[in-house]
Amino acid sequence: MNWTSFFMMRNEILLLALILIMLVLEISSKPEQKKGLINIALALFFAHTLIGFFPNQVGELFGGSFRTNGLIDFFKNVLNVGVLIILFQSVDWLKEKTLAYNKVAEFFVLLFSSLLGMYFMISSGDFLIFYIGLELSTLPLVALVAYNSHNHKATEASIKLILSAALASGITLFGISMLYATGGSIFFDALASNLQNSPLAILGLIFFISGVGFKISLAPFHFWTADVYEGAPISITSYLSVVSKGAAIFILMIILFTILPVLSESWKIVAYVLALTTMFTGNLFALRQQNMKRFLAYSSIAQAGFMMLGIINTEALGVSTIVYFVLIYVFSNLGAFGVVQAISLQTGKENMDDYTGLYRTNPKLALVFLLALFSLAGIPPVAGFFGKFFLYTAAASKGYYLLVFLAVVNVTIALYYYLLPVRMMFLRKSDEAIPYFKSKPFMRIGLIITVAGIFVLGLYSPLYDYIVALSQNIF
Amino acid sequence: MDILTLFVVVPVLTSIALLFTKELKQSRMVAMIGSALQLGMAINLIFAYFKERATNDAVMLFTRDVMWFEPFNIHYSIGVDGISILMIILTATIVLAGVFISWMVDDMPKEFFITLIILATGVYGFFISIDLFTMFVFYEIAVIPMYLLIGIWGSGPREYAAMKLTLMLMGASAVLLVGILGIYYHSNADGGALTFNILEISKVHIPIEAQKLFFPLVFIGFATIGALFPFHTWSPDGHASAPTAVSMLHAGVLMKLGGYGIFRVAMFLLPAGALHWTDLFIVLSVIGVVYGALSAIKQTDLKYINAYSSVSHLGMVIFALLMLNKTAWTGAFMQSLSHGFMTALFFALIGMIYGRTHTRDATKMGGLLKVIPFISLIYVIAGLASLGLPGMSGFVSEMNIFAGAFQHTDTFHRVMSILVVSAIVITAVYILRVVGMMLMGPLRDDSYNELPKATWYERTGIYLLMIPVVGMGILPLWLTNLINTDILPFIEKLI
Repeated sequence: MNWTSFFMMRNEILLLALILIMLVLEISSKPEQKKGLINIALALFFAHTLIGFFPNQVGELFGGSFRTNGLIDFFKNVLNVGVLIILFQSVDWLKEKTLAYNKVAEFFVLLFSSLLGMYFMISSGDFLIFYIGLELSTLPLVALVAYNSHNHKATEASIKLILSAALASGITLFGISMLYATGGSIFFDALASNLQNSPLAILGLIFFISGVGFKISLAPFHFWTADVYEGAPISITSYLSVVSKGAAIFILMIILFTILPVLSESWKIVAYVLALTTMFTGNLFALRQQNMKRFLAYSSIAQAGFMMLGIINTEALGVSTIVYFVLIYVFSNLGAFGVVQAISLQTGKENMDDYTGLYRTNPKLALVFLLALFSLAGIPPVAGFFGKFFLYTAAASKGYYLLVFLAVVNVTIALYYYLLPVRMMFLRKSDEAIPYFKSKPFMRIGLIITVAGIFVLGLYSPLYDYIVALSQNIF
Repeated sequence: MDILTLFVVVPVLTSIALLFTKELKQSRMVAMIGSALQLGMAINLIFAYFKERATNDAVMLFTRDVMWFEPFNIHYSIGVDGISILMIILTATIVLAGVFISWMVDDMPKEFFITLIILATGVYGFFISIDLFTMFVFYEIAVIPMYLLIGIWGSGPREYAAMKLTLMLMGASAVLLVGILGIYYHSNADGGALTFNILEISKVHIPIEAQKLFFPLVFIGFATIGALFPFHTWSPDGHASAPTAVSMLHAGVLMKLGGYGIFRVAMFLLPAGALHWTDLFIVLSVIGVVYGALSAIKQTDLKYINAYSSVSHLGMVIFALLMLNKTAWTGAFMQSLSHGFMTALFFALIGMIYGRTHTRDATKMGGLLKVIPFISLIYVIAGLASLGLPGMSGFVSEMNIFAGAFQHTDTFHRVMSILVVSAIVITAVYILRVVGMMLMGPLRDDSYNELPKATWYERTGIYLLMIPVVGMGILPLWLTNLINTDILPFIEKLI
């Protein structure tokens, strides 16, 4: 091992440097310079994202505690792109709403710390780093959820998040300790070869999945989701629903597929049940939601249920379909959240009724929202369809036709509520429609990226081929 | 660019061009030119097809195959035979006629034409696909614009109708999707790679048990859009609430996707499943034929009458397909085609009458023949075609269906066939009843004296649809030949 092998931690080191730069700048800047900090942070993170796309070494560091490979690197890029879009969409909110409270740099420091935690979590080679990453990704989020600390709902949401997150991480740790008890190691490689199929191991597995399930908000571990999503600032809600969820499902998949294949008979059943409960809970609860953030919260619960269809595949096909689905989901969901953010920032309105007649006053925003919802619902030719279809293929390849059938029943239920905002925006007219407004430039860039992604990711097949090629190497 | 891909590219380009238009006048011109171009291409295609068919006896002509998603062996794979060409001509004609009928759409014309053309793109793509995945993609592209078309430009309980239609059709496509995945994962039954290609799967011997399991899924998936009883309930509400051009396109083209899909996918790829399940579905289709006709008698709203009549006529298409012989199948496609033109004509006329009298209630009208003779006369002709008068398209197709049905000699098929034949009597009742009430007799309302005559664009739309209705009745032979020969490879799988 020489110093060049630290390039494997390129993402982590750069992001850490970014955090430190932000801290130093925060200390050394005068109050009237704070606004500039936002642009600096955005520019730096943009550069960080770009650097992530350059080819990187793969391998292990610190005796296997930290590891990276093509797929992990790719997934870090997915997370980066997600965060970048979120930053684009939240610049205006930061400038308009938070400068007054003199809180700017904290936002970036906390957000980047959480992202750093996710990096470590998905790159972890043993349960220790995994757990540290998990905590590091969660704790800053608690502060971020309460970012509007003058808001009663935000503080409530923050308390809810920290209580449930603490419980979840305790449960995860309990599960890990049982796995350690049977496997005799916390290193993934050693566990993979030592672990036997024993009742204690299965118990540990169930605790572990439950704990991680909190982060992915699988039903029945989803109760915090809607309240926290509603209370948090929209930027953080989109971060929770996209980046946080994506990273958690990714590491769950990696651990199940590569470390616990001996227990696959058990966790396939768990995944089957969780897929069904999550899809049905998310979809049925979403039907009656009025607040757009709660609406998207339940929709994102349902989407997590679909991801479980890939878990049940247990092979490279499952890996590639999940990664592809998460990638598409990042763009679709951020498209939807972006529009909600834009409208909320302009008018303060967050209810579905407020969207009545939106197409006639703000056609472009309404179209972006339509595309994002169609992509979430899985309607061709937008990308969401391909993501969903491949997940069904992954489940059907193992003969789970009944599960696929129930999943497509869920798609039909979901279509109903995804069409509700469409009905408000396109079908109805209103004298009190939100009047025409021009979105801010950064917001527009954020939305344009998502729309481009929603169109291109599905139709452009080489991308999926690339993911498939990466997924082959993780076993 | 090959001759078939153009059918997807031209509509897409048309809708992109529409994006840049300003108001009604520009939009309708662009839409008209685009759809006229499509009709020209469709007519050109049929001549190209005859030329190619003379030297080439492959099942599908003009095939083209581009790898799309390699890990799943998904291709963009296209090709046509005589049947799909007829369907493409049907689509192109109705789209053009629909544009003429919507000449005066006032609310958001640009968006209206864009959505209409996107729908047409889906339909064209569906008819040219020979890859199950591509086909499914286009199917959904054809269905979802209906929600906006009915919801925004419709009338009456439009939100309810649009939602009901979309959910039922998307629910059906969900069932279909499971069936398609089932076929896909059994397409390597003889060794070989998994594939979505219809022609390749047709050579594979899919295990009988799997066929029995997946046939009903695929069949119901397609039959729902073909308005098979009891999955037809979306159709009357949808038709009644839709704006005129959308009703035309929907009843004329979209519902034909059902019969076409059953023939091309369900029966062709899962023949053993088809043989196993026919009896149940024959019963359902016969119920549909009779029930649709009886319901049409009870209705007074012109659109509902026509919608139930569509349920009845398309039930006949599915019935004919389930007869599993060449004559009946020829009849099935003649019927699809004839019903497509005829029902589009009906809906166009109903739209014109409604635009003038502002009511669709047949009991409130009367004596229209005196004031709007052109429209009324065409209505009578369309009605006669619908009830199967010799010399019109309806007669030829129903003759073929019944001749095919009576080739089965067992009691079950006999009884069912007789029931279906009886439905044409009921058809005569509801058609003639409406003609009598609405067109004959004294004028019910003095204000009707002032009704304007048909305008040039209305006449153009009508002529476009009228020519094939009469043409098919007078010159059925080359049509039958076209269908006949191309059906052979499909029917051979079953007998």
